[in-house]
Amino acid sequence: MSTAALTLTTGQMQRSLGHTLTIYLKEAKYEFFKYLRLRVYTLSVLSFPIMFYILFGLVLNAHEAIGGMRVPTYLIATYGTFGVMGASLFGTAAGLASDRGLGWLEVKRASPMPPFAYFAAKVIVSMIFSTIIVLALFALGFALGGVRMPVVTFLSLLGTLVLGSLPFSAMGLALGYFTGPNSAPPTINLIYLPMSFCSGLWVPFMFLPKVVQKIALVLPSYHLSQLALETVGAGMHERVTAHWEVMLAFTMICLGVARIGFQRDQEKMYG
Amino acid sequence: MRRMDTLKEPALAATVERARPTDVIRSNGAVATLERVSKNYGSIRALSSVDFQVRPGEVVALLGPNGAGKTTAVKLLLGLLQPNSGKVRVFGGDPTNPENRMRTGAMLQVGRVPETLRVREHIDLFSTYYQKPMPATAVLGAAGLEKLNDRKFGDLSGGQKQRVLFALALCGNPDLLFLDEPTVGLDVEARRMLWEEIRQLVRRGKTVLLTTHYLQEADALADRVAVINKGEIIAEGTPAQIKAQTAGKKIRCITQVPLASLRDLPGVSEVKEDREAIEIHAVEAEPVLRELLAWDKTLSGLEVTSAGLEDAFLALTQEGAASVN
Repeated sequence: MSTAALTLTTGQMQRSLGHTLTIYLKEAKYEFFKYLRLRVYTLSVLSFPIMFYILFGLVLNAHEAIGGMRVPTYLIATYGTFGVMGASLFGTAAGLASDRGLGWLEVKRASPMPPFAYFAAKVIVSMIFSTIIVLALFALGFALGGVRMPVVTFLSLLGTLVLGSLPFSAMGLALGYFTGPNSAPPTINLIYLPMSFCSGLWVPFMFLPKVVQKIALVLPSYHLSQLALETVGAGMHERVTAHWEVMLAFTMICLGVARIGFQRDQEKMYG
Repeated sequence: MRRMDTLKEPALAATVERARPTDVIRSNGAVATLERVSKNYGSIRALSSVDFQVRPGEVVALLGPNGAGKTTAVKLLLGLLQPNSGKVRVFGGDPTNPENRMRTGAMLQVGRVPETLRVREHIDLFSTYYQKPMPATAVLGAAGLEKLNDRKFGDLSGGQKQRVLFALALCGNPDLLFLDEPTVGLDVEARRMLWEEIRQLVRRGKTVLLTTHYLQEADALADRVAVINKGEIIAEGTPAQIKAQTAGKKIRCITQVPLASLRDLPGVSEVKEDREAIEIHAVEAEPVLRELLAWDKTLSGLEVTSAGLEDAFLALTQEGAASVN
């Protein structure tokens, strides 16, 4: 039993990069199918923003304007923000809380799954659903609402919304570590519905009371919706970087909270 | 890293094959150990300075009532929990070592498994985590899931769901398997089917740690049984040894002899009333029977049986509880 042989045995246990990549892709693939086939998820996460958009953007106010921007275009930005928030929060928080509380996450942790693959898959899938929502809103606006914009503008809007979904995925991970399987969905609703309202995602920001507008300044959803509106030219022409900075800070805080939750689960908090 | 199966050098490959048992030998022959391990949940003592070993190639059962600490022991060995004191070793190393996880498989008690994924998708995903997984058809065969390949998990019966969890434990072709209460909640037929599947695994040389509160299950599957109660191991041995440790025989009869007198008979450990009859537990039946038949000519309904593992177990855990208190 030479040392060389032992080293080779240990080497056998380390994965190649290709293998690791395969794991991440499969984890994301099955996470996607899991949610795609779940009526509860697709109905609430995909349908709500689409329904609201059809009702308020295409049926009711199609020929109005908000601050000089046509309503159907304006609402893609705001309901798009609402949509990516919901997709990210429900995808990460509810799933994580359920997996933790009901023992499934322990089965995965006991396996050789790289822990990061689990979280990465959830975030990737949230981004995929976010993309689907924005594409759907735009398709409807284009087909039925007379929404027109240069391709570059649309890609900028899509990119902003999908990238901007990350703070909400982080928030979802934090929530998932501190709620149980039954309390997660109502907790998410209790947080993200008022957050959406105060950020001007339903009633446009400029029509909100001054007090509420002040609250909005600390909400990542407000900042994301402003960034989205900027891309289509309906923003209030503020410094774009300020919005990204707030969202980044929010993401860092949420990831910190999530990390505490993660270590608490591993029981490694106090070494 | 070159994968070992691409090695063309037979001599080198042979060295690698022989190298694997070294880590077992390094840890005194045990595949997994708990060394004076204690674990608390707040003020609740789940395990108290427990010493326990899993030896290569055996099926060892951790047998105990609910709340005894069996699942805690398994989770410590899987690296899901950290001990408050003592050492946990799997394959000679730390259980949270990812390399160890490549060589173990676990079947745990789960409240909810993703229901919208199909059986083959669950197996595919878990197989991918491992370096050298079993082929999918072999996994399905070993778990008796051939016909359920495409079924969604949520559409399966309780027994079928357990078999999927079993498949996930063995899909990576692990050397060491942890089965935590594998047949709980199953009907008799489903239980026997799973037992047979476990026996087939054992025939292929796997090492298995099984936890259960079904005495029959430990007796049916295990080479060695460790009886655990209230966080302590109170007895250890083969199923036959465990049975032999307490009252050996059970005499059942309908008799006029008063209970107090019966208790004074030689070797009697317990006398119980069971409807119209009396149940006497004794080390040996013959001395008791000689006295009894001499005393009571009207004695009827006589049955003499071996005290099953059930009775041994109850006696052990009651004794254990008594000595702890």
